[in-house]
Amino acid sequence: MKLIFEKSVPGRHCDLLPKCDVDPVELPEGFRRETVPALPELSEVDLARHYTELNHRVHGVNCGFYPLGSCTMKYNPRIDEDMAALPGFTGVHPLAGEKHTAGCREVLDTAAKYLCEITGMEGMTFQPAAGAHGEFTGVLLIKQYHASRGDTKRRKIIVPDSAHGTNPATAAMCGYEVVNIPSAPDGCVDLEALKAVLGEDTAGLMLTNPNTVGLFDENILEITRLVHEAGGLCYYDGANLNAVMGVVRPGDMGFDCIHMNLHKTFATPHGGGGPGACAVGCKAFLKEFLPHSALMDEPGHLQVRAFAGNFLVVVRALTYLLTLGREGIPEAAKNAVLNANYLMRRIQGSFEPAFDRICMHEFVLDLSEYKKETGVSALNVAKSLIDYGMHPPTMYFPMIVHEALMLEPTETESKETLDWAAEIFRELYELGKKDPDFMHNAPHQAQIARPDEVRAARQPVLRWQKG
Amino acid sequence: MSYVPSTPAQRQEMLRAVGLSSWRELYRDVPADMLLEGELDLPSGMSELEVGRAVSEMAEKNTRFSTILRGAGAYDHYIPALVKSIPAKEEFLTAYTPYQAEMSQGVLQSIFEYQTMICELTGMDVSNASVYDGATAAAEAAAMCRDRKCRVTLISGAAHPDVINTVRTYCYGTGDELRVVPVKDGRTDMDALREMLTAEIASFYVQQPNFFGLLEDCDALGELTHAAGALFVMGCNPISLGVLKTPRDCGADVAVGEGQPLGLPLGYGGPYLGFMATTNKHMRKLPGRIVGETVDAKGERCYVLSLQAREQHIRREKASSNICSNEALCALTASVYLAVMGPQGLKEAAEQCMAKSHYLMRGLTALPGVELVYTGPFFHEFVTSLPRQAEVLAALEQNGILGGLPVEGGVLWCATEKQSRAELDKAIAVVEEVLAK
Repeated sequence: MKLIFEKSVPGRHCDLLPKCDVDPVELPEGFRRETVPALPELSEVDLARHYTELNHRVHGVNCGFYPLGSCTMKYNPRIDEDMAALPGFTGVHPLAGEKHTAGCREVLDTAAKYLCEITGMEGMTFQPAAGAHGEFTGVLLIKQYHASRGDTKRRKIIVPDSAHGTNPATAAMCGYEVVNIPSAPDGCVDLEALKAVLGEDTAGLMLTNPNTVGLFDENILEITRLVHEAGGLCYYDGANLNAVMGVVRPGDMGFDCIHMNLHKTFATPHGGGGPGACAVGCKAFLKEFLPHSALMDEPGHLQVRAFAGNFLVVVRALTYLLTLGREGIPEAAKNAVLNANYLMRRIQGSFEPAFDRICMHEFVLDLSEYKKETGVSALNVAKSLIDYGMHPPTMYFPMIVHEALMLEPTETESKETLDWAAEIFRELYELGKKDPDFMHNAPHQAQIARPDEVRAARQPVLRWQKG
Repeated sequence: MSYVPSTPAQRQEMLRAVGLSSWRELYRDVPADMLLEGELDLPSGMSELEVGRAVSEMAEKNTRFSTILRGAGAYDHYIPALVKSIPAKEEFLTAYTPYQAEMSQGVLQSIFEYQTMICELTGMDVSNASVYDGATAAAEAAAMCRDRKCRVTLISGAAHPDVINTVRTYCYGTGDELRVVPVKDGRTDMDALREMLTAEIASFYVQQPNFFGLLEDCDALGELTHAAGALFVMGCNPISLGVLKTPRDCGADVAVGEGQPLGLPLGYGGPYLGFMATTNKHMRKLPGRIVGETVDAKGERCYVLSLQAREQHIRREKASSNICSNEALCALTASVYLAVMGPQGLKEAAEQCMAKSHYLMRGLTALPGVELVYTGPFFHEFVTSLPRQAEVLAALEQNGILGGLPVEGGVLWCATEKQSRAELDKAIAVVEEVLAK
């Protein structure tokens, strides 16, 4: 389809502003813009149709099954959108002052209370804008804590090799040396490997539990105890909290701080890549190191962005939390785990799970044997799913499983949808044996097929240019 | 309610299908003494009707001002109807990051269009798909400008306090130094800057217009910075670029800014939008997601996430940033805003911001004891002295007007195209009345 610039007609426009009712002011010479930006010139109807056409070329979780592992693509409730659009929230200036923003404070305080109870933490900030941003915030808590004690020898953060790529990148952004430790074959922490690297230079450990292959690390108490004994702190990557919320608390596992992706666990929309929002929680002894806005709150604290965070996303998450309440929160987690186990078993017998045991909220299929047999890869299967209107699972992650497809159905999919999805996987399993070439060339009915990514990287075209 | 569609009978059937008889068995890897005993100490769930009422009650506890004359990093502009309705569409709203290009051409194309608009607005060659907000964009710019030899960042003291503090925090993370250039008469002190531009300086950041609303002499600041071998970063207000000289024409190597004025609501501070653009020379150092054009197997033009070799999931601890998302829906909002306004509409909005704020300034400074604290050209914000400050601001608030922000030396006022002359006259009259008492 055409780009918006290619539809532009010189002189066409929308009438939006009244005529200026005060005297115009001229900018002094030297400050004036010399060129006219080539923004599109279109009428409202042109624009409405252009963006509707684009919107038709997007697949969202509210449109269909989206089992993207580690991303928790659950249904995004409509009431959450209504609440975030209330003029009583959208029209509030962040610097309007405490007296005029009591409702916003109540939103943040109530959400903090819920999340502290769910995680077993005692302090909470909503300033970070995304999961990776929350990791940065959390590891800065660890850094400030050691600095406040004059403990300058702690230069290392331990990260299992099964971790999300953001963990080591975050540790590096906080000036730490990253110590990667090998995981046990099931993605759990290898206790001996951990003991071997712990020492007086250990600042902390970053861990996801359930881990990135969807298994709960049963040694978790031993792990956090060992890190604490060495003088380090334990950071909980909340990417997989959906499996355990209301069932077991990271605070009770021995973690000192945690980040939660509100856009995963608490059902706020991903918006095609953002805005997300992140809550970072901590135990009481770390509260003094939480970030604050220099302008809204008192100066003298660190801060990771302007103002109080992605507030309107927190409104959505709070609406969701209030809706679920004490019964709904564990109910969501248990059904997320049930759905994952059910789907795994329904697929099993065709594609095989990498770990033949009860999983948490997600599971990994290992297609390496199947690929040897048929030449059909995890990528080919993923791309074939698109022809059925299903978003592919996460591919080639975690890296400790070769030819991995990672599925996370979430609790908001019905048994019927899971049965339908399992049938498609079984169908593709047979198809790959009979007609591998057909699958090598998938998808066949999508908007586009197999974009040339090498060309995109080697000859970058990153903007439209006037013809 | 938990939005779980399966019925209790189906759940039992599914449990049996996986060979289990109870929920507890699903969590058999969790040590028994760690499981929560009893229920969470939280209220019961609510119906949609109840939750709607509860959250609306919170919203009503905020004051709704009919006129907002406060800016300081968050600006009250008119948001056209289309700008609200497009990003609310179910597909745009509920999609994930466009990893699967075959199912996300709509998101990818919209980002490609956004990147183009940011390049047009700033005059730069390359834009990323956006970052969290203007403050993090400034911090990421500082990081991308550092190399092995030049590690120190300079920032103008006339930048937004939250921006300075965010850049300081990112520098604290990596253990790099940030030095703040002093302010003289409300602008960056040029002589101080000259002295501070030593060999270890990686970049200098200036905000245009600055925190006090004043226009900085960016050409001169850029020349000084380049003469010392450092990179020049400008933080820009995107609406002001409808009339102000582009960062490219001022010599900037990196242009960043807070995109909130482009159709995003005030929303108590977020979600907002950090835009970030640079020259071709520095393209591969730009952090964050970038969308590129390519062709598919049939030779059709299409779009993909590109230049990923820079990113954390490939480079892990060697990546310069851990960012792995963007503010896609906010970038879409900004694109729709810029497309609805068009080149003429954007210029008109910028001109009206200037006209209205100058009208407000003239009205206020005609009152006894109210004077401009700094002289020199400004865009849509200015600082005045204000006698009986607290009393005046309270009187404005009682009249549904959020007055300027108290800052050192006075009050920082702002007016945009949104306010009518009648609204501004009313505000001036309220101030006059208090001062006449």
